[in-house]
Amino acid sequence: MAELKLADYKTTVHNDWCPGCGDFGILNSIQMALTEMQIPRHKAIIFSGIGCSGKTPHFINVYGIHTLHGRVLPFAQGAKIANPDLEIIAVGGDGDGLGIGAGHFVGAGRKNVDIPYLIFNNAVYGLTKGQASPTLRLGEKTKSLVTPNTSNSVNPIALALVSGFTFIARSYSYDVKHLKNTITRAITHKGLAFVDVLQPCPTYDDIHTREWYQGKNNLDSDNPKPRIYKIEEAGYDGTIHDESEVNEKMSKILEYSSEWGDKIPIGIFYQNELVPSYHERIAENIKDYFVRPPSHQAISDNENKPIAKIDKILDKLKIN
Amino acid sequence: MSFLSNVNTISWLIGGPQGSGVDSAANIFAKTCAKQGFHIFGKREFYSNIKGEHSYFTIRLSEKPVSSHLEEINMLVSFDAETVFRHADKVAPGGVIIYDSSLAETVLEEVPTIDLEANKRICKLLKDSGLSLNLSGMLDLAKSNGCIVYGLPYFDMIETVAKNMNDPKLSKLSRVVNVMAISASISLLGINKDKIIGAIEEVFGSKPKLLASNIEAAQYAYSYIKTKFDTKNVKFNIIPKEALKNYLLISGSQAAAIGKILGGCRFQTYYPITPASDESEFLESNQIIEQADGKNGSIVVVQTEDEIAAITMAIGASLTGVRTATATSGPGFSLMAEALGWAGMNEVPLVVTMYQRAGPSTGLPTRHEQSDLLFAINAGHGDFPKIVLASGDIEEAFYDSIKAFNFAEIYQLPVIHLLDKAISSSIQTCKNFSNELKIERGKFKNVIDKNQSEGTAGHFQRFKFEDSPISTRVPIGTENAIFWNTGDEHSEEGHISEDPENRIKMMDKRMKKLDVALEKIAEDDKAVCYDFDSNSNGVVISWGSTKGAILEALEKLSEEGKKLRFIQIRLLHPFPTKTVKKFLMDTKLVIDVEMNYSSQLGSLVQQNTGREIDNRIVKYNGRPISSTEIYIALKTILSGNNEKRIVLDGGT
Repeated sequence: MAELKLADYKTTVHNDWCPGCGDFGILNSIQMALTEMQIPRHKAIIFSGIGCSGKTPHFINVYGIHTLHGRVLPFAQGAKIANPDLEIIAVGGDGDGLGIGAGHFVGAGRKNVDIPYLIFNNAVYGLTKGQASPTLRLGEKTKSLVTPNTSNSVNPIALALVSGFTFIARSYSYDVKHLKNTITRAITHKGLAFVDVLQPCPTYDDIHTREWYQGKNNLDSDNPKPRIYKIEEAGYDGTIHDESEVNEKMSKILEYSSEWGDKIPIGIFYQNELVPSYHERIAENIKDYFVRPPSHQAISDNENKPIAKIDKILDKLKIN
Repeated sequence: MSFLSNVNTISWLIGGPQGSGVDSAANIFAKTCAKQGFHIFGKREFYSNIKGEHSYFTIRLSEKPVSSHLEEINMLVSFDAETVFRHADKVAPGGVIIYDSSLAETVLEEVPTIDLEANKRICKLLKDSGLSLNLSGMLDLAKSNGCIVYGLPYFDMIETVAKNMNDPKLSKLSRVVNVMAISASISLLGINKDKIIGAIEEVFGSKPKLLASNIEAAQYAYSYIKTKFDTKNVKFNIIPKEALKNYLLISGSQAAAIGKILGGCRFQTYYPITPASDESEFLESNQIIEQADGKNGSIVVVQTEDEIAAITMAIGASLTGVRTATATSGPGFSLMAEALGWAGMNEVPLVVTMYQRAGPSTGLPTRHEQSDLLFAINAGHGDFPKIVLASGDIEEAFYDSIKAFNFAEIYQLPVIHLLDKAISSSIQTCKNFSNELKIERGKFKNVIDKNQSEGTAGHFQRFKFEDSPISTRVPIGTENAIFWNTGDEHSEEGHISEDPENRIKMMDKRMKKLDVALEKIAEDDKAVCYDFDSNSNGVVISWGSTKGAILEALEKLSEEGKKLRFIQIRLLHPFPTKTVKKFLMDTKLVIDVEMNYSSQLGSLVQQNTGREIDNRIVKYNGRPISSTEIYIALKTILSGNNEKRIVLDGGT
């Protein structure tokens, strides 16, 4: 097989995101991760929700399923459970995943299906012109808001943790290398992986701008100190080697997750592969699930007759 | 009038508090009778409650196939007071009531689960007859109607059984009381004792301790009633025969589930809801599937966090090429509407098995109705193709379950298979199912040659404009076949397109699949006409579970020389206008029968055929239509009483 190049993962579809949109960095990182991992194009399927981020699959030259608002996780889980051989990546916005789709976010955590899920987190509903998203903090007033935000924000890292995600990370759309590495780790992870990708919305979010993330509006603007820092560089390792480490790590992650403002941590907060994936749980009951998952099963013979035998089931219901 | 004058037919009812074994007792009774060569139809009624509220099970047995219940009862079997209070007045002359003699003085007011409305009704009944407001009063009422009552001292009987078994603990276990009650009734019917023992062995076979005590209790009660009472006045004229050969005793949800297994469904999602969950649970308990090729197949059943996840997860799975279904009821289906449109837009085969119950909102969650017909047809925003198919009985539910997948794959669209509680929770003796139906997957391929990929960048055109509106479909993950799906309007490759010309072509392509479906679907799957050896110009139209009651009522009317034809519409969408028009040609009288308030099928027929409905018979009290009441209503109309809308109110 010829080596796949970055260009092979790009489509010619016109990209209509706003100039300077954080989505570009995320798109590039996904394509770079696919290239680095040399995932055959037909094996990869990008599932997305609705909104600017929802258009992502159309720009990536692999199978692309652009689903409904808030429902990307159940769509993607259904495909992965039916065919665990596929490399499924779910992407969506913060409103999509933590607002209308929050129930599925929690539901997915309980199942631990083997997929990575990237939230393009920009604190606003961009495509509907800048309303407050579930990650915009209470009292903040971005450009389009008439009054400061009256709802409090959800904490995506903490929510992922208590919901049962087994890989939890955060990255930043303009640190493409960090993001690409994080996505690669998320894809490789066995189980449900969540990557919270911080990204500016240059059109509607005039607070969390690229400059803000870089620290340029800090008090000492001559010597800007980036708000974002990498937890691994501070010596943190989120990997769980033994269940006994979980509680201690959880407190640390909750501490990290509440850091915001001058210090914003990115990196892999948590990775626990000791928790069985949903697929392994199915295989407990259906022994050859991995050999013949639902999508691989023959259901009829050459003459289109069903090959399932129902005699034994019917015998139990027979009158005799 | 009576359906009961015939030899070898009985309408039997057992009631009791929910959780007291009414269901298993009724099953034992049904099996016992089936083993004696009788056809069975059994109907369940229960409250939305776990323990304590009144539930009951009506069983009809007959030497001919039966597929509906009656209003009247011949034998009422009880072990609590409430059952007698609620049903004793329905027992026909010559009928029998078995009750707990220790409860004779129970006062109506003291039965906490009899709600205020029922209390008022029963009070009035007793007061009008000048009877006391207790169980004895109710029994006196029955006796004055010509019934025979047998009071069994269950408590003493259980003690004797315990003594016989040297098990003093048994006296504390009132669990065998249900089996005692049915055994006494079987004894009165003159059915061989061995048959009930056999049925008990089948039901409790895996629980040896329960088995022994139930057999002992059954044997004791069987002899007790005959030795302690004079039973020569009990005349049911039941003549036992050979067991039905190659017959099943099966519920609608079991039939639909087995159809799914045979039909190749290998992925099912659900969120718990009455009365749909039974099907998913049955599938899960049969998740390993034996196959003709010697390998084991399997069905993955996923319980999701809600119905939106149920349908979207099912769609995701369907994209991988597996036959996929979800099962739900009205409230869940309401949540599925948006995703249904996504499946329509992206031409994804999907089966939604929709077990209707009484709405709106939570409605009567454990009761009967057929009020989601127009909703099923119109669910989802925008115009998109879907097929709506309704089964008329338990047997049809099995075969339609398979056909629904064929339709979904051939026409690449969502299929809504409409059932309702009267089919799903009822049990019936059915001829063993055949597996002659073929699996038809339409234009499904899982290998695509490199040169078959087309489009702007060598991509697969999943929505290719061709002569046929149905394109080749491949599972995601297929080599040389990369495509996109989106809920947005899209190009042939599946990318977002807002182009006006493309929009017209895509809309036409999707919607024209319905024309193809109407052309290709077999006539018998569209509508069936039962003509009762006549070309009568009077016609009854209906759909779904009312079939059994209507057929039986029409048969009786036919015997009386009043011929009517019955048109059962099975394909509700796209509407088989031609077929139905043909059946309705030259009709002088069209009567619509439905279990909903607004005669939904009636509107549909009028809208599509232009033929006005002359009379409507509707029911929406949460109880299914019985043969008795439909017979009376039809007779009223035929006798020249020109009531335009008759509302049925039978049932307890």
